[in-house]
Amino acid sequence: MRTALILLLLLALAAVPGSLVPQEGRQPAQAADFRERNPNLAPLLDKLGFFDVYSSPWFAAVYLLLFISLAGCIVPRILQYVRTLRSHPPAAPKRLDRLPQHCSWTASADRGEVLLTGADLLRRRRFRVAVHMEGNGSVAAEKGYLREAGNLLFHASLFGLLIALAVGSLFGTTGQKLVLEGDSFTNTLTQYDDFSPGTLASADSLKPFSFRLKGFSATYQRSDPQRGTASSFVARLNYSTSDGGPSRDTLVEVNKPLEVDGSKVFLLGHGYAPVVTVRDGKGEIAWQGPAAFLPQDGNLTSTGVIKAPDARNRNGKRDGLGFTGLFLPTVQLDLNGWRSSFPATDDPALVLTAFHGDLGMDSGKPQNVYQLDSSRMTQFRKADGSPFAQALRPGDRMTLPGGAGSLTFDGIKQWASFQIARNPSNSMALWSSVAMGLGLCASLFVRRRRVWVRVEPTLSDRVRITVAGLDPSGTDRTAEEVAELAEELRERYPDLKNVKADVETPEPLPQEQT
Amino acid sequence: MSNTSLADQNLAQLANWLMYSAIAVYLLAFVAACAEWAFGSRGPGGRTSAGSSAEQQTPVAPSRGRTRSAVVGGASGSSTQVLAPPAAAPPEKPQVPVGDGPGAAGSSPKADLVGRIGVSLTVLALLLHSGSVLTRGLAVSRPPWGNMYEFSTAFALMASAAYVGLLAARKPVRWLGVPVLFSVLLTLGLAVSVLYVDSAQLVPALHSYWLWIHVSAAIISGGVFHTAAVVSLLYLFRDRWERAAAAGREQSRAAALLGRLPSARTLDKLAYRLTALVFPLWTFAIIAGAVWAEAAWGRYWGWDPKETWAFITWVAYAAYLHARATAGWKGRRAAVLGLVAFATFVFNYYGVNIFITGLHSYGGLPTK
Repeated sequence: MRTALILLLLLALAAVPGSLVPQEGRQPAQAADFRERNPNLAPLLDKLGFFDVYSSPWFAAVYLLLFISLAGCIVPRILQYVRTLRSHPPAAPKRLDRLPQHCSWTASADRGEVLLTGADLLRRRRFRVAVHMEGNGSVAAEKGYLREAGNLLFHASLFGLLIALAVGSLFGTTGQKLVLEGDSFTNTLTQYDDFSPGTLASADSLKPFSFRLKGFSATYQRSDPQRGTASSFVARLNYSTSDGGPSRDTLVEVNKPLEVDGSKVFLLGHGYAPVVTVRDGKGEIAWQGPAAFLPQDGNLTSTGVIKAPDARNRNGKRDGLGFTGLFLPTVQLDLNGWRSSFPATDDPALVLTAFHGDLGMDSGKPQNVYQLDSSRMTQFRKADGSPFAQALRPGDRMTLPGGAGSLTFDGIKQWASFQIARNPSNSMALWSSVAMGLGLCASLFVRRRRVWVRVEPTLSDRVRITVAGLDPSGTDRTAEEVAELAEELRERYPDLKNVKADVETPEPLPQEQT
Repeated sequence: MSNTSLADQNLAQLANWLMYSAIAVYLLAFVAACAEWAFGSRGPGGRTSAGSSAEQQTPVAPSRGRTRSAVVGGASGSSTQVLAPPAAAPPEKPQVPVGDGPGAAGSSPKADLVGRIGVSLTVLALLLHSGSVLTRGLAVSRPPWGNMYEFSTAFALMASAAYVGLLAARKPVRWLGVPVLFSVLLTLGLAVSVLYVDSAQLVPALHSYWLWIHVSAAIISGGVFHTAAVVSLLYLFRDRWERAAAAGREQSRAAALLGRLPSARTLDKLAYRLTALVFPLWTFAIIAGAVWAEAAWGRYWGWDPKETWAFITWVAYAAYLHARATAGWKGRRAAVLGLVAFATFVFNYYGVNIFITGLHSYGGLPTK
């Protein structure tokens, strides 16, 4: 017990740093930021595994030791419990009057009869009863076996929970996908923006269901105090299962994921995608479509890029065009620069600056679709030499200097990002925790207690009846129970002293003695 | 979406007025509870020296004299904080079981009356307080625990309800009044001054019936854990007092107040029972949170700071429950563990909400 206690405390202590230092897996951006701000501390923390506490060896060591110690405690207790269930309640101790709850009286009755009545009363109270006729004769009874059973169930379910966690991280898969309004997604590896399978999960485990984002809508609070806070996000999907059934419409909201083929589709985020048409120096369309911009703050000030790698210049030579800038659903220009003042598209604007040159998309190196690699590109400049930039309203056109081309801002679409997760051990974790809760309740609320009734012959046909109880947790309720039982027995086999007293009080009669 | 109609705004305003009234009445109740302690021993029973510290099992002990009486505690006023006698470590002596003290009023009928007035005021404040929480909930048509202000008021409601509930169950716990009302006032004071936000709708992440289940379980657990922590703290003081009394050492006047508390054994048992009663509920709150997290974020456990600290709290309370049954940890060490566990609960609320960013950042505090 002491080992378990110390390991429990160690576990609590070990969990602390993970909540104070940003974790690599959960919030990589903050972790990187933390490293930058604490350049001296970061290498040390890295060595200690503080950026990934919950999968670090020392954290695993603590909880594995705890579970080993738990197993070492639980297994013998289960065996002991089975033995207890198969044996009779233990016989009465020699001195019942030493127990915390006891009472005794002398009655005129037959020994065997009292014993059988006592056993009967105890059985009616759903005690397990054993009658020992030999020696002085006693009844032993025990109740509350569920306490230990609950305790064992609770501790055993902890193992269930641990296994469920392990199975989840080994075989579960999660991935993210950003889908534009009108676009579709099919659940195959190549379609994901980001996919993190469990250690032993294979891509073949993905069921190829698909869905199309028919539309996305968000509502925001327009009045203070929480102006701009979202009130609802709804994604309208049309999905079909992998076995080729008919497609169905559904709504996915923040707390209401879509469950399909054993996977769940969660609404993760949303944003805007300005629809643009890029024309090159020849006047031909070099790129057209919506470009997803990523939100940077609560009012959806978004950044993004537009890439037209195959644009040609006036002379017909290949000279890629790249645009980078901000999309502002409700534009506001103040001292801090361009930003959005409300998340809905009340007054949208697209602020862009443009580059030309080699976008580096043919180099074979993987490229971030949301960033422009301008290392081999030249920024367009105005006549006065300052960088060329322009704010556009929907319908506006931006003409690049020197007849290099143009960009028109045709409209706005929304996008929604989804997390698609599959965890085969969810139900196991749930049932383990239900069992854990039930076991815990039983182990804390069921009282285990033993009650003995001993009947000793004294004079010719007199017996001394002793009722005693033992409750390791020492609750008042057990004392009451013992008292009630003694009372019931006393009603049947009255205390001789009291009988005398009852008779004596009204009129002192001569005693009838035989 | 226009969400705050005039009627709702009026209701929200009513909720605020009820809250201010509740605080005022709590304050009066607190003063009464302090006065009960202050005037308690001035009664005739306070001066009679019963002397003995015989075993007394029942918690109700109408006029139990203190071991070291003849000390009139009235002079020390309402300060129950200055308690520890300036004594060295108590010698390891087999402890004599000490009986329960007579309660805050001692045996003074006048103080008893003040105490009863205090209880009535507490009940009135509790009614106003629940009225405020209820109208706030009606004003926003959702469970009234969507931000830190609302959670704090609901938590304080549970803390004071746990105290009144014990009184209603005829447990002689009026001595709990001063510390419980103190922290209720502290929580409400922080809530109305620092954490206050106007009534508003919730962010979509909180649109779920799990808000009812998960958060209310956490609030009720918090209220009862708080009471248990107060009892544990008093246990530590009383236990030290009993050791000093058993050793026959001189004690300060303030320490004499401790003689009116129930015995250390009773306090320890009460703290344990409260914790054991609510530990399954806390377990349930965490499980419900995990189920909600699975529905909202696609995983039931992700070591989010809130989850981590809920886990730490759970482990700390599990350690407390185990410690109560472990040789060498029973008694004082276990009580300290109980206090540490409650500290982790409090940190999980204030600390994690204010200082640590995570998925549970719904505090609504203007600290962006």
